[in-house]
Amino acid sequence: MSDMDEMDDGSGIVKKFMFLNRKAPHGTVYALEGLEVVLITAAFDQDVSMVFTDDGVFQLMKGIDSKGIEVKDFSKTYRALEGYDIEKLYVDQASLDARGLTEDDLIVDVTVLSVPEMANLMAEQDVVISF
Amino acid sequence: MLHIVNKSAAERSSLESCLRMATKGSAVLLIEDAVYAATNGNAAAAKIQAAAADLKIYALGPDLAARGMAGRVLDGVNVVDYGGFVDLVAEHSNCQSWL
Amino acid sequence: MQFGILVNEGPYTHQASDTAYLFARTAIEKGHTVPRVFFYHDGVNNSTRLATPPQDDRNISARWSKLAAEHGVDLVVCVAAAQRRGINDDVLAPGYRISGLGQLVEMGIQYDRLVTFGD
Repeated sequence: MSDMDEMDDGSGIVKKFMFLNRKAPHGTVYALEGLEVVLITAAFDQDVSMVFTDDGVFQLMKGIDSKGIEVKDFSKTYRALEGYDIEKLYVDQASLDARGLTEDDLIVDVTVLSVPEMANLMAEQDVVISF
Repeated sequence: MLHIVNKSAAERSSLESCLRMATKGSAVLLIEDAVYAATNGNAAAAKIQAAAADLKIYALGPDLAARGMAGRVLDGVNVVDYGGFVDLVAEHSNCQSWL
Repeated sequence: MQFGILVNEGPYTHQASDTAYLFARTAIEKGHTVPRVFFYHDGVNNSTRLATPPQDDRNISARWSKLAAEHGVDLVVCVAAAQRRGINDDVLAPGYRISGLGQLVEMGIQYDRLVTFGD
């Protein structure tokens, strides 16, 4: 895809970008269109962290089958993130617990963080974009 | 860090999620429908008052006024106008909108 | 200070675009600059010149245009989101342009702050 080629804004600046996903897939478009921003940001060689909290953890469910609602299944894209050098995937332990989920239920390998760890990670970012 | 919340605590969990993640000394600005949480007698008021011990809590005055809530603001909540909103964003090194 | 602004919702249904506009106008009044506003998700619907709100209501699309004309604010509408929603160059109000998501990422890289307004 041409828009996934390396991009350069000319500044040489590398900032810490956090993409905070708090919404479930399909009920609204935010998860899908948020993922599109993440892929573009990686092409700018920025320091990208992708975080899943609250209902956002549902985006990573294994076994998603969206054929019946006639909507594209973009959950496979999370498995392709590594190919875009997006390797920092974080999930909030409390959000998993509150939904009866464990790491085994998720389609990708993630780092599970406690609330204080997540809070500190957020505080050290230059840019936080929430979807 | 500045945290911005814009939804009523009676409708969404965003205020609760924000307060869970906000570290000591950071600021929380309530705008749009989130301002109801900062008013006397609201079910979320206790959460705001408890949070005010560790966090600086702000509410956007024009949103309070537009909702008939200007005279009901909780003690300990700082009311700011849009200029104050801009200042808060400028004063903090980063910000997060809890959409 | 340079502020980038991200607007994620369309006009009227949500307050997001109103709050974003008042924030941007106030920031400029206080001596800051707002080099660019990026419209994403349903936010792309702010850009249409075809909106004709009642005379006694604010014209959300037009007042962004006015801010752009008076203060050089670059109003960028995401191409992918726009195509999904039927927004193209034929319907754009003055001051808006359609471009890629890279323009949003650049705001995060180049400006001092990025503030998001949404639902």
